[in-house]
Amino acid sequence: MAKYLLLKHYRGAPKGVNDHPMHEWTPEEVTNHIQYMHDWSARLEQTGEFVDGQALSPDGTFVRSDGEGRPPITDGPFAETKDLIAGWMVIDVDSWERALEVAGELSAAPGYGGKPIHEWLEIRPFLTEPPTVTE
Amino acid sequence: MTSVDETLLRALVPTVIGVLVRRGAPFAAAEDAVQEALVKALTSWPDDPPAHPRAWLVTVAWRSFIDASRSEGARRDRELRLELEPEPGAVSDADDTLQLYFLCAHPKLTSSSAVALTLRAVGGLTTRQIARAYLVPEATMAQRISRAKRTIADTRLTEPGDPATVLRVLYLVFNEGYSGDLDLAAEAIRLTRQLASVSADEEVAGLLALMLLHHARRPARRLPDGTLVPLAEQDRSLWDTGLIAEGVDLLQGALARDRLGEFQAQAAIAALHADASRVEETDWVQIVEWYDELVRLTDSPIARLNRAVAVGEADGPRAGLAQLDELDPALPRHTAALAHLHERAGDRRVAAALYAQAAGLASNTAERDHLMRQAARLGQSAGLA
Repeated sequence: MAKYLLLKHYRGAPKGVNDHPMHEWTPEEVTNHIQYMHDWSARLEQTGEFVDGQALSPDGTFVRSDGEGRPPITDGPFAETKDLIAGWMVIDVDSWERALEVAGELSAAPGYGGKPIHEWLEIRPFLTEPPTVTE
Repeated sequence: MTSVDETLLRALVPTVIGVLVRRGAPFAAAEDAVQEALVKALTSWPDDPPAHPRAWLVTVAWRSFIDASRSEGARRDRELRLELEPEPGAVSDADDTLQLYFLCAHPKLTSSSAVALTLRAVGGLTTRQIARAYLVPEATMAQRISRAKRTIADTRLTEPGDPATVLRVLYLVFNEGYSGDLDLAAEAIRLTRQLASVSADEEVAGLLALMLLHHARRPARRLPDGTLVPLAEQDRSLWDTGLIAEGVDLLQGALARDRLGEFQAQAAIAALHADASRVEETDWVQIVEWYDELVRLTDSPIARLNRAVAVGEADGPRAGLAQLDELDPALPRHTAALAHLHERAGDRRVAAALYAQAAGLASNTAERDHLMRQAARLGQSAGLA
């Protein structure tokens, strides 16, 4: 088993096939999209492969230390950044192929015109604990 | 209030499942009922320890099974079945336990389901403990287990199984090591010991020996801050000599029966490392011979890679590099092995760059950090940093 992070992007991923901003969709299309995502998570819970899923607000800022005794300084909001993460899912699956398969299902969520959006999702393996037997 | 001897409690789980199945409960329902009894035991035994733990578990689990059957409206069928059910005679607990191992590692199951089901039904762990060990939500683990049980619903507990599938599952648990609250390596050893007590298979002994020999090194494998210490740099005085002696004994007993398998070969390699009180005393020539056996038995590319590293020690780094050259560079740890052999050959700049590259390819943080430190060490001394 291995865990993978699936990242959805507001910005920064390659352009999807059916790529229209969500505010141009009909309310039913938005509802169907959200329902699809819930169903996807529920299916993975049933198969024992779901770990976590969270959505992120597009708000926020960069922050860094400015040295001892000084408050951290911020730089933002993210208006200028080219990459903006919208949310994540964590799955725990038997193989890389299975990870691609379920990510593909998620990417096919319906959107504008009721058609699948085929958005690009980023998929990243977790680093794990080292195995006991190495030689 | 006394603390519950969890190891004793867990060891009873497979035999209690066996009793319920012999009394006529289907495996899936029996397993659920015993899990419920186990959770009850963990809460009530500290205040009220039973005089006969096994009988207590059987009674509580059976009651739980009856209740569940009733609520499913199957009462009449079940009672009928009970009337007809003969008292168990010839079947022993040992047979039950062995059959449970086979069932939980059934080839129809994915490896993750087999692992989860084995830990619950044979290991007597709760779903929550397994979920925490594998860092997934309890609900996810519960689903994984019930799905596994549905997959094998049509399989009879008495169906003969293949020990190799069981050993694969136990090896996976052992190799997972220590990621959550639960010591999976220790748990794997306990389950393999229990298996060895009911099976005379040489590979069961081989796997147990392999586990003990690696477990013996655990105190030396990490610094207190988690830093990985490679075998060559370990403080060998920290190795557990008791575990090593036990592992070597088991291995010799198995090898004497002359039915070699991959786990015996791997254990033999671990035993040769254990035998060297200083790294310079390692018998690399014999280790290469055992890798030859392992390659013959498994044809595994990982075994070939490890063999190349051993050849690098036995016949010099150039010989090792020549062996590596014939292997797929995409193999896990190929770049790390290349870096190591280049360093041994004195190509420090090449090695530094390869270590850095290998760090980027590592699949776990401890190895990544170790490789990055190697890159930094060589880079600095070669004037690259």
